[in-house]
Amino acid sequence: MSHAPAHAHEHPDFLRHHFNTPKQQFEAGKLGMWLFLATEVLLFGGLFVGYSVWRGNHPEMFKAGSVFLNTKLGALNTAVLILSSITMAAAVTMAQRNKRGPLILLLSLTIAGAVTFLVVKYFEYTHKFHLGIYPGLKFYEKPAGDSHTLSGSLVNDAGGVDLVLVEGTEPLVQEVAFADTPEAEPTTVAPAAIGPAGLAQDALEPGDRPADDDHAEHLTHPLQDPHRPANVHMFFNIYYLMTGLHGVHVAAGIGVLTWLLIGAAKGRFGSAYFTPVDLGGLYWHVVDLIWIFLFPLFYLI
Amino acid sequence: MTTIDVTKPMQPEAGRPAQGTNYLNHTTGIMSWLLTMDHKRIGVMYLVSILTSFFLAGIFGLLVRTELIAPGRTIMDADAYNIMFTLHGAIMVFLVIIPSVPASLGNFVLPIMLGAKDVAFPRLNLFSYYLWVTGAIFAVAAIIFGGVDTGWTLYVPYSTTGTEMNGIIFLSMAVFVLGFSSIFTGLNFIVTIHRLRPPGMTWFKMPLFLWAIYATGIIQVMATPVIGITVLLLIVERAFGIGIFDASLGGDPVLFQHFFWFYSHPAVYIMILPGMGIISELISVHSHKHIFGYRFIAFSSVAIALFGFIVWGHHMFVSSQSPLMNVLFSAITFSVSIPSAVKIFNWLATLYKGSISLNTPMLYALSFIFLFTIGGLTGLHLGTLATDIHLHDTYFVVAHFHYVMMGGAIIALIGGIHHWWPKITGRMYSEFWGRIACGLVFVGFNIAFFTQFVMGAKGMPRRYWDYTDQYRIYHVVSTVGSYIMAIGFFITAAYLIHSLFRGRKAPANPWGGRSLEWQCSSPPPAENFPEPPHVGDCYDYSVLEWDEQEQGYHWRRDIPHPVGEA
Repeated sequence: MSHAPAHAHEHPDFLRHHFNTPKQQFEAGKLGMWLFLATEVLLFGGLFVGYSVWRGNHPEMFKAGSVFLNTKLGALNTAVLILSSITMAAAVTMAQRNKRGPLILLLSLTIAGAVTFLVVKYFEYTHKFHLGIYPGLKFYEKPAGDSHTLSGSLVNDAGGVDLVLVEGTEPLVQEVAFADTPEAEPTTVAPAAIGPAGLAQDALEPGDRPADDDHAEHLTHPLQDPHRPANVHMFFNIYYLMTGLHGVHVAAGIGVLTWLLIGAAKGRFGSAYFTPVDLGGLYWHVVDLIWIFLFPLFYLI
Repeated sequence: MTTIDVTKPMQPEAGRPAQGTNYLNHTTGIMSWLLTMDHKRIGVMYLVSILTSFFLAGIFGLLVRTELIAPGRTIMDADAYNIMFTLHGAIMVFLVIIPSVPASLGNFVLPIMLGAKDVAFPRLNLFSYYLWVTGAIFAVAAIIFGGVDTGWTLYVPYSTTGTEMNGIIFLSMAVFVLGFSSIFTGLNFIVTIHRLRPPGMTWFKMPLFLWAIYATGIIQVMATPVIGITVLLLIVERAFGIGIFDASLGGDPVLFQHFFWFYSHPAVYIMILPGMGIISELISVHSHKHIFGYRFIAFSSVAIALFGFIVWGHHMFVSSQSPLMNVLFSAITFSVSIPSAVKIFNWLATLYKGSISLNTPMLYALSFIFLFTIGGLTGLHLGTLATDIHLHDTYFVVAHFHYVMMGGAIIALIGGIHHWWPKITGRMYSEFWGRIACGLVFVGFNIAFFTQFVMGAKGMPRRYWDYTDQYRIYHVVSTVGSYIMAIGFFITAAYLIHSLFRGRKAPANPWGGRSLEWQCSSPPPAENFPEPPHVGDCYDYSVLEWDEQEQGYHWRRDIPHPVGEA
């Protein structure tokens, strides 16, 4: 390590007192950021392991559940995030080259990408809530009031997906066409072979379950019809968990990027000091990268 | 370039406000502590907070032992007992032992030992202290809003559908927040050691304590996020019933155990490695002899950290895990004993023909070697598949981990506090009372916990509130031992607090240490070193001599000062 004597008059404003040189400070920050990103990967790592275990135990519910995801919107979001990573990388270069105007523009575009991603995600979530697909036990609760009690069969005769709405006691047969009615093959999948014995059967026939079970009453929801594989709620639970945690990271990224934008507007960053832009960029790339794994795992396979 | 003069306390830098000369008095007022970025003050705040938690959890432990002194109800009913041992375990593990050495003593001495002015990210350091405080508040909230009775492991389904108590979510949040406090501390120390070493301080000139802290940092960064996501899942599971760990919803309860131990086994090494680092310093300094096998001790710390990641399954031999996994985990578990034994033998070789001073820190170090060896060797009984089935969930396990966690980590912490007390506070404590208290703790500890090995081997299950008469004598002896140990700790608290007010002023180097923290005054100045200090062999004591008048060590007058020494 090269050593420059630490005299106060040689310290630029951004150099903190316990560092000797700007290079030392930059390298410390960069190493710290990489370690932090390693913890982020491990945080999501637990969820990826959970995904693998669930998918291994219940392959049929992943097949059935993913039908409900809108691949086009997912692909749109993937494209948006990749574009925002490109603008972020360009922003770092602009900071290094002292180009303030382009830096501000590129950071703004990156923020716009992040916001777009969350808006699309909002529409995806609300659409599912509208269909009664909630996370947790609420999935099995009857919606309040008796008006729009959802009943559904997953696969119709044409091989598409539809839902039948039951209005009050009078069945009002109405096909809800999904925007992206999938060309999925009929999913009459046998219960999981690997899962705990009898589980799938239990879920299909609520009457057989022990009376003292907390969850028994929830399983009588009409969504649990015989054509629908058991435990499909678990697909949505892990979907909400992983995309939700990722969404939180995107929201945090908007905060970081906005802070960088303010700094850029004040002219804090330049070729001598671009550490925050560089490190913020690293964070943003990792958030992007995690989505690049989430998209195929949920939407495509 | 000037060199630190070890014979005199350093003079304050020119231009510094003339309020004081050391980190304790260079600024004043409560806010100068609460918002400080100084690693030394943050270390002291951690130390006070952690010792307060230690006192609290110790009281819970004594209540548990008191309840068990006789079969049936003694002082509390079974539900209260469940809450009591859960809190004892959870607070001791998450609030005390995991942060204890790195966050308090590590924070204080790491930058000074390195010759740096501060840790790499002082603001993050303060932030992680307040995360610790937040975690402590959540843990207290868990007591107030309903209690937790699952044991510190929070196993499902106890923690999801098995209990009516509502403290689970609070305790889980506490674990989550404390985890991030631990991550940021570890991250900070790794970066500090990589990037802030002054010229001349190469990896193999670092004191072994720093190698231990470095290895600990790796585990903190790489394992803790997994417990973070696990308790997050537990919170969602309990609040919404997502079913990931709930078999009745298609989930997998054993998955929780895998997640939990993927962190909590490496966490055992987060607890013990810094303690081993302290012992490496104490043994060498107080026997005034160069450490034996420096590189072996250094690399054994890293080896323990790495092996620690791949042995978690040995907590789950009876959990329906596959027999093949059991065999593999058992085999890898045995391999961890190699680097641990490397340390023990090197410490013993360091003591051999050393000029041993039986100071209080040294007594704690010797206690550590004795207790950790027992704790480590009984770990082999538990790592063996056949014996584990008999010993699983008995008091044998309780005794084993108390020998390692308490006889190891806590004893090392207390030894380290005594070793660096003169440096931290600038005062000397009563050596006489220090030795008495150490003796009481050592004797009381062995009475309390060796009995539990016997009781466990005879079949007494852990966590039981009631027992048959055949175990009564062991419970009585164990409880008496815990009281003796408690008396030792209360004496320790008394003379340490007394020394703050009445203690003799400490010299810069009371023990004859050679690492850099003994080269600055006691207590150190706010900036540690105005210029990066020169680095020598931190275990070469031949250059120091005792000064009767100063009651401390200084550089020998008959050999030249280490100007230009590298």
